[in-house]
Amino acid sequence: MKRREVVKVLCAAGATAAIASRPAQAEDGTALVGARDTVGVLVDTTRCLGCRMCEFACAEANGLPTPDINEEIGPDRTTGPERFTAVQRHETEAGPVTVKRQCMHCLQPACAAACLTKAMLKNPEGPVVWRSNKCMGCRYCMLSCPFDAPKFEYDSAVPRIQKCQLCWSRVSEGEQPACVANCPAAALTFGRREDLLDEARARIYGAPDAYVHHIYGEHEAGGTSWLYLSAVPFDQIGLRTDLGMTGFPTYTKEFLYAVPLVLTLVPPFLLGLSRATRRHGDEGREG
Amino acid sequence: MTGAVIAAERPSLREETKRFVRFILSELRPKGPVLTPFNLITGVIMLTGAVLLVIRFAFGLGSITNLSQDYPWGLWIGFDVVTGVAFAGGAYVLTFMVYILHIEKYHPIIRVTVLNGFLAYVFYAGALLLDLGRPWNVVNPIIGNSFGVSSVLFLVAWHFMLYMIAEFLEFSPAIAEWLGWRRVRKVLAGLTLGAVIFGITLSILHQSGLGALYLMARDKIHPLWYSEFIPLLFLVSSIFAGLSMVIFEGSITHTVFRHRAGAALRMGHAGIMTGLARICATVMFVYLALQLLVFVHQQRGAYLTTGWGAWYLLELVGFVAIPAVLFAMASQQGRQGLIKVAAVLTLVGIVLNRLNVSVIAFKWYAPVRYVPTWMEIVVTLAVISAELWVFRWVVQRMPVLDFALGHGGPQRVAEVGTVSARSVA
Repeated sequence: MKRREVVKVLCAAGATAAIASRPAQAEDGTALVGARDTVGVLVDTTRCLGCRMCEFACAEANGLPTPDINEEIGPDRTTGPERFTAVQRHETEAGPVTVKRQCMHCLQPACAAACLTKAMLKNPEGPVVWRSNKCMGCRYCMLSCPFDAPKFEYDSAVPRIQKCQLCWSRVSEGEQPACVANCPAAALTFGRREDLLDEARARIYGAPDAYVHHIYGEHEAGGTSWLYLSAVPFDQIGLRTDLGMTGFPTYTKEFLYAVPLVLTLVPPFLLGLSRATRRHGDEGREG
Repeated sequence: MTGAVIAAERPSLREETKRFVRFILSELRPKGPVLTPFNLITGVIMLTGAVLLVIRFAFGLGSITNLSQDYPWGLWIGFDVVTGVAFAGGAYVLTFMVYILHIEKYHPIIRVTVLNGFLAYVFYAGALLLDLGRPWNVVNPIIGNSFGVSSVLFLVAWHFMLYMIAEFLEFSPAIAEWLGWRRVRKVLAGLTLGAVIFGITLSILHQSGLGALYLMARDKIHPLWYSEFIPLLFLVSSIFAGLSMVIFEGSITHTVFRHRAGAALRMGHAGIMTGLARICATVMFVYLALQLLVFVHQQRGAYLTTGWGAWYLLELVGFVAIPAVLFAMASQQGRQGLIKVAAVLTLVGIVLNRLNVSVIAFKWYAPVRYVPTWMEIVVTLAVISAELWVFRWVVQRMPVLDFALGHGGPQRVAEVGTVSARSVA
C-alpha cells in the first residue's frame, strides 16, 4: 500500500470515529430535546398553603388509599408506592414553606434511558409513563433517577413501579391533572411547558423581591416538565441543587458509544494476535 | 478408518441410546461419601435458601430482604452479581493468555478456570432472576418486542447471556470427551478460538458495563467512589480479581481434587501460581496509578480526613497496595503460602470496592442505611453452595484437571470413572 493510501485510510477511520462520537440528540422515546409543545406543571411554592388537597385528589384519581389527614408533614416525607405526591414542610430562612413533590417528568429521563425493556417511556406530549407488560422489575430506574421518583411495591408478589403519571388518562381527554384541578390556592398551573416558563418569568419580573430569580426545572438535569418557583433558595425546600444542567442519559452515552467500537475492533485484533503468536503444530490443540 | 467401516461396527440406535442413558444414570450417582460435614452444612443452607425463595416469590421481595425505596439494589446485586462477575474474570484473562498469546504454561488450568467462570455466570448472574420483581417479563429484552438499547443494563444482560454461550462452547470439548463423542468433540474444538475471541470482547464490555451501570447514580455515590472512570476501574480490577480467584480456587482444588489432577498440572502448579501472582502485582500497580489519577483529577483530597476517607484508604492501601506488594515479593521468592495470603487479601479488597460502589457508599447521606437481612445472606450462601456442588460433580467426572483423561474414548472414560470413584472412596 502506498503511503498516500495509508493516510487516506487513516483519515477515513478518524472521520468515522468522529461521526460515531458526535453526541446524538433525543429520539426513540427516551428523551426529548427542544420539543416545544410538551405539557407540564408550574408549582409556585409561595402560594402553597400546605392543605394537601392535591394528595387527596391524587389518591382518588389513581385509586390509592386515602391519605391520613392528621399526619405530621415534615421535610422528609416522600412519595411511595401508595402515594404518588407528597407535601413536605421545610423550615427556611423565611419561615415554614410547604412544597408538593412528585415525579418531575424530566425531558431526558434517567429512568427511561436506564430501562432495558422500554417499560419507562417518555411520552412525546410530556409525561413519563410506566408500562406493566414490559417491566421486569429490575429497579434500575430507581437507581438512576436523580429525584428518586419511581417507587417499587416490595410487599407484592406481582409488584409494580409506581409514580405520578401526570394523570395522563385525564389529560388526554382534555382535563387537567387531578392535583392541579383541586388546588384551592392556584399554586399549581398546568399547561405547555414553554407557556409555563413564560408565566414563571412574568411572576418573577412582576414581583422581583418575592422570588428567587431562578426557575427550578428549567435546566436542572437537562430540564423537567414540572417547574418550581420559590421565595427561598431551592436547597432549603428540599430540591437538590447539585444535579447539574446535563440530561442524565448523557452520562452513559460515551460508554455506549464505545460499545460498537470495541465490538468491531477488538475481535480482529485478537485474531491477529493469536495468528501471530501461534507456533507450528499448535493447530487442533484447542479445548 | 473409513466411514463404511464405522457404519458397519456401529451398534443400533436403540442400543446406543440405552448405553447412553445407563452411562448418564451411573454418572449421576454421587462419588464418595454422602454424609460429609461439607455436604451437611451446604445442604442445610440450600434447603433453607429454597424455603426462603418460596416465601420471596409468594409474598414479594420485601418479605425476606431489607431492600427499600432508597436502596433498590442490595446484597444480591452488589455481591452476587457485581462482585461475583468480577471474580469470574479469570476465565477471559486466562483464555487470552492461552489461546491468544499461546502461553502453554497456563494450559493445564484453562479448563478448570473456564468451568469456574461458566458456573459463576450461571449461578451469580442467574441470581439476578431472584432479584427481579417481575421475572416473567425477563424475555422482553431478548425476544425483541422492546429493546431498550439506550440502557447499559440492556447491554450487560445481553452480554451475560452471550458470554455464557461462549464459555459453554469453550468448555464443551471436555463434555464431548466425557461422553466419548469424538466427532462432536472435533467440531466443538474447532469453535474454541472463535468463542474465546468473542468471549474476551464481551468480557471487556460487560466487566466495564457493570461499572457503567452506576454512571447515572452520580449524585448518590460518595465522591470518593464515584467517577466517570468507574467502567475503566471495574475492567482493570476484574483482571486481578479474576486471577486472584484462580489462585484461591486453584489452591483449594489442588488439595481437594488432587486425585483428578494430571501430571502436567501437578508439576506446573507452583510455577503457574507464581506467574499469576506476578501478573496480579503488575495489574494492581496499574490500577493504583489509575486510582491516583482519579483522586487528583476529582480533587478528592478534602474527603480524606473524614470517616469515609479512612474507609477509602483501608480499601486501597490495605487491600490493594499491600497485597500488590505481597504478590510482587512472593512471586520473586516463589513463596506459595504468601501468594495465597495476597490472593485472599485481594479478594477482600474487591468485595469492599464493589460493595462500596453498590451498597456501602451508595446513598451515604441516607438517614436509614441498608443492611442485608440474614435471609438475604443465606440465599447468597445457598447460591454459592449450589455452584460448588455442580462444580464438584463436573470435576469428579469430566476431564477438567487432567486432559489425558479425556483423549481415550468411551471405554477409557469409563475406566477413569471407576478409578476416581475408588480413589474418592
